Amino acid sequence: MPNIQTQGTEEVHPDVALVNRARDGDVQAFEKLVKQYDRQVFRIAQHITQNREDAEDVVQDAFLKAYEKLDQFQGNSKFYTWLVRIAVNESLMRLRKRRTGKMVSIDEDVETDEGSMPRDLADWGPDPEMQYGQSELADILRKTIQGLPPGFRTVFVLRDVEGLSTEETAETLGLSVPAVKSRLLRARLQLRERLSRYFRKNKRDGA
Amino acid sequence: MTCTEFIAQLDDLLESRVSVTLRAELEEHLRTCEHCVITMNTTRKTIEIYRSHELYELPNELRERLQKAILAKCKKC
Repeated sequence: MPNIQTQGTEEVHPDVALVNRARDGDVQAFEKLVKQYDRQVFRIAQHITQNREDAEDVVQDAFLKAYEKLDQFQGNSKFYTWLVRIAVNESLMRLRKRRTGKMVSIDEDVETDEGSMPRDLADWGPDPEMQYGQSELADILRKTIQGLPPGFRTVFVLRDVEGLSTEETAETLGLSVPAVKSRLLRARLQLRERLSRYFRKNKRDGA
Repeated sequence: MTCTEFIAQLDDLLESRVSVTLRAELEEHLRTCEHCVITMNTTRKTIEIYRSHELYELPNELRERLQKAILAKCKKC
């Protein structure tokens, strides 16, 4: 029996019906899922791999793997978080290949003390990003997040850029909730510290 | 409350996931610590800036190419 029944007052996510149809061989249903989530998967893959070609490959491979493994999707998590889990694993694998010989995992570099306590006390203006043009600002934001260790970067992207909950992020990455919280805090503080170089008050006035 | 204790609660504070009692303690700390006020405000701003700027947009042409490739392979599965 298909698992589209509501349990109590819980609403069934619309993806569940699409997944069920795709599982029965309806490629158009799967196409809807691809169109719904391809931008997010690309963004996550690009953030983790830092490489455009790899990100394109991840989009293709993640959706294909998801399609092939639809039978394994339990439905007790959202399809999106399940898909993101596949995409994150594919991304880390490609990052590892590019850095041949260097281990890359979600646990890498998390022992660093950087950012555990803020050092740069400079305040920012009310709209610090207005000091820069759109493309210059995007370069600053990309460069800054690229400098984070992959384990921190991935947690920040899932939690703060893509808006997954702490619990979903933990489930997606196979980490405990306290581990996600600890990495998120460190990632946020490191980014804040690094952005302070660009956003401190009156930076461009020479004051 | 020390700054280290405040920072440990920062994420929960930013996400309004603290109890009334703890919030009062955190606010009390903020009244006397400019350092933590700056850290809190600039961390909040950091998150807002990353949330509101699309850094890696998937161009339409590439998007269509990827979609076609994915679905062609799915049909062969």
